[in-house]
Amino acid sequence: MTTILEMRNITKRFGSVVANDDVSFSVRKGEVHALLGENGAGKSTLMNILFGLYEQTSGEILYKGETVNIRSPRDAINLGIGMVHQHFMLIPAHSAIENVVLGYEGNAAVLDLKGAAQRFTEMAERYHMNIDPWELVSNLSVGQQQRLEILKALYRDVETLILDEPTAVLTPQEVDGLFEVIRQLIAEGKTVVFISHKLPEIREICDRCTILRRGKVTAAGLEISEIKDLNELARLMVGHEVELVTEKTLSEPGDVVLNVENLNYTNDKGIHVLKDVSFDVRAGEIVGICGVDGNGQSELIKCLTGLLPATSGKIELMGNDITGSSPKEILKQGIGHIPEDRHAMGMVGQMNLRENIAMVDGHDEPYSSHGFMHWKWIDDFSRKLVAKFSVKTPSIMEKAINLSGGNQQKLVVGRELSREANLLIAVHPSRGLDIGATKYIQSQIVEARDRGVAVLMVSTELDEILEIPDRVLVIYSGRILACLDQCDCTRSGLGLLMAGIEDDSEEQTA
Amino acid sequence: MEGLSIKQRFQETLKSVYFPFVAIVVSLLFGSVVILATSSTSPLTAYGHMLKGAFGSIAAFDSTLIKAIPLIFTALSFSLARRSGIINLGAEGQFMMGALAATAVGVATPNLPAIIHLPATLLAGFLGGALFGLITGVLKVKFGASELIITIMLNYIAKELISYFVNGPLMDSASSSYPQSAPMEPSARLYKFIPGLNVHTGLLIALAFIFLYYFFLWKTTAGFDMRVVGFNPSAGAYAGMSIGRSTILALFLAGGLAGLGGCIEIIAVQGRLMMTSFAVPYGFTGIAVALLGNLNPLGVLFSGILFGGLSAGALRMEVMTRDVSSSVAVVIQALIILFIAGRQMFAFKRRYRYRPSSEKRKGKTVVDDATEDESPTVQATAGEGE
Repeated sequence: MTTILEMRNITKRFGSVVANDDVSFSVRKGEVHALLGENGAGKSTLMNILFGLYEQTSGEILYKGETVNIRSPRDAINLGIGMVHQHFMLIPAHSAIENVVLGYEGNAAVLDLKGAAQRFTEMAERYHMNIDPWELVSNLSVGQQQRLEILKALYRDVETLILDEPTAVLTPQEVDGLFEVIRQLIAEGKTVVFISHKLPEIREICDRCTILRRGKVTAAGLEISEIKDLNELARLMVGHEVELVTEKTLSEPGDVVLNVENLNYTNDKGIHVLKDVSFDVRAGEIVGICGVDGNGQSELIKCLTGLLPATSGKIELMGNDITGSSPKEILKQGIGHIPEDRHAMGMVGQMNLRENIAMVDGHDEPYSSHGFMHWKWIDDFSRKLVAKFSVKTPSIMEKAINLSGGNQQKLVVGRELSREANLLIAVHPSRGLDIGATKYIQSQIVEARDRGVAVLMVSTELDEILEIPDRVLVIYSGRILACLDQCDCTRSGLGLLMAGIEDDSEEQTA
Repeated sequence: MEGLSIKQRFQETLKSVYFPFVAIVVSLLFGSVVILATSSTSPLTAYGHMLKGAFGSIAAFDSTLIKAIPLIFTALSFSLARRSGIINLGAEGQFMMGALAATAVGVATPNLPAIIHLPATLLAGFLGGALFGLITGVLKVKFGASELIITIMLNYIAKELISYFVNGPLMDSASSSYPQSAPMEPSARLYKFIPGLNVHTGLLIALAFIFLYYFFLWKTTAGFDMRVVGFNPSAGAYAGMSIGRSTILALFLAGGLAGLGGCIEIIAVQGRLMMTSFAVPYGFTGIAVALLGNLNPLGVLFSGILFGGLSAGALRMEVMTRDVSSSVAVVIQALIILFIAGRQMFAFKRRYRYRPSSEKRKGKTVVDDATEDESPTVQATAGEGE
């Protein structure tokens, strides 16, 4: 088999962050090549370079043996490279066929939608994908939208198709359908690059795989059929470097602070996101929820904090039923919440530090009384908080947006820890932070535990999960797959569970 | 702003004044092209007369202030809503409804002492606008309707309501056949308060409301919530604030501010409600005043006076030059809006041109951006950060 695509020594820097570090990646014609790696390993960046959305800092791309210069998705498509993004690039208010011809270079000056629809339908039938070309995209299911995206690429006669985490949004049945389509594409001599971090799927559909970790290639062009042990892949994916370790004693769990029973959540698209989730968190212990992004963690936390309504089940905080309570009522019961995205939720960038500090408890004394803010008190409190949590800032009147990511996070963590909550929810507390800030925030969380706070921590970082929690819950596809004591956790064990493999004999059932 | 050094404060002030200043200067330059094209007068001469007519004498400044007062109210209306994340294009209609409600109270109850009648009239003006704003708020929160469309449409409804009332229930059929109300009762009117000047006590009310605007947004918990929700609704929800409540309150108060402006215009300047009471689009000009003033209390005061000066000075310019139309002032106002909006378009572009990673992209969000739609075509080329 001949090599169709080669990316040589690709390096991509975003400011000081190296997303791809000397990555070489080679794909043979007619294969399904998996690009494997954790969140943030650099998979999407590499593919976005190939698709012309980013420009590499250095390195070259060869397609069919020739050096190519891909400056835009249009260049990529002209070469025969198509991409289906994880988040679809469709316009919901337009019909399927309108989306297909949008930006298509073969369009005549006057659109011939009927002709296009005919061609589209013939093509769709060939791949057994039944989509009415005149249906609005907003009426299509997620699986149908993905098929539409694939057809949109095929309509442009692409030979190499990049699928970015295609199964992340699909039901198991839809996944089977997708795999059928992939097999048919391969039978026709097309090439597929399959981005994923789900090992069972990789084994089922892919021929070879390349693994990225922290922007570097850890394995290139491994033959999947030669891999006996999926643990091997997991190890290559997550690595096992020894990190600085946060000091921590054994926990002394006290009373149950948070108790979740059979929590279910179905989102507005009808996807059953959380399935019978039950667990508890006791005073003085840290429970970690580990899993690949998008397996229901976010929804779980939103249900706990009242930002999403649980479909069924029960949530108790300190013995009080808080299912269905408003976020405000829940916050008042004593929850500190370090949200998953500090920019989107945790702070207001355009407001200054003291305003960000007053944000959550602004309605309560001593922040305010009788509807009037007590800025004098807030100022004093803010200065103390900034000093205590070593937030580097010229003054408390600085806008939060002007702080570095680490200092922003310290601000949010400081605010939430100062609220003297019974339960601290920390979601990706160290995401995007350098090692120093990470260690600082982790140690603060451990200190809170030692003061008797119950901590629920969500993380995708195995290093963090192996180090900080006293108990670890593994979430996969909305289900808690396992609850392990920290001492029973191993990197490869967790890696397999995160990929949906409960044990070696039984593969992904969900 | 405690906590900042004098130098920092000076720099902050300079920064906030810089762009409005450039917008004004460039607008005047473009305006001079219009003057050159439409008349034989030199722009310098024309602007000289305009300046004299606006700020050249005590009498000129007097009329500038009178014209500034309604603008300050409609600008506060737009600013308050904008600070809460809402674009209120309905100050025009809210202004009219305030005027209507004030007229109803102001003509209907003779022989009341001013100490009761005047506050009642002002309150009616506020409530007239506020309830009109409330309609928008409720529709937006209950049905997710766009406040842009509702407020614009309600402006037409307000206009027709005025037409109905001055031709019907409120028409002064006893003394005239014109579509106009009876004159306001003397007990419901505002008067001059400085000997020799025409400016009325509405100025003091305007100054008071500029202060209240500041005090409410920066010193009260409700105002604080509104600003948080305005900047970042998800952060507001995270912090337990009610976005719906904040939206409804913001539109109620914004409507009230515009309504109060309409009320004062009737009881202090025009004396009775007429179809021609709203020949000047105070509501829409207020948007320009608010944007030029950067939604700041003092900014609104100064830009309100500037816009008042533009229209006062334009009259003198037309009279003195004989061939330069006072419409030049309207052109300049429009240009100022364009350049202010232009800045926000630049900000919009910056936001999308370069997205190094999702981390930085989120950090870059431009908040004072009036056009917050997420264009799908832009998204389609922007790609995913990891």
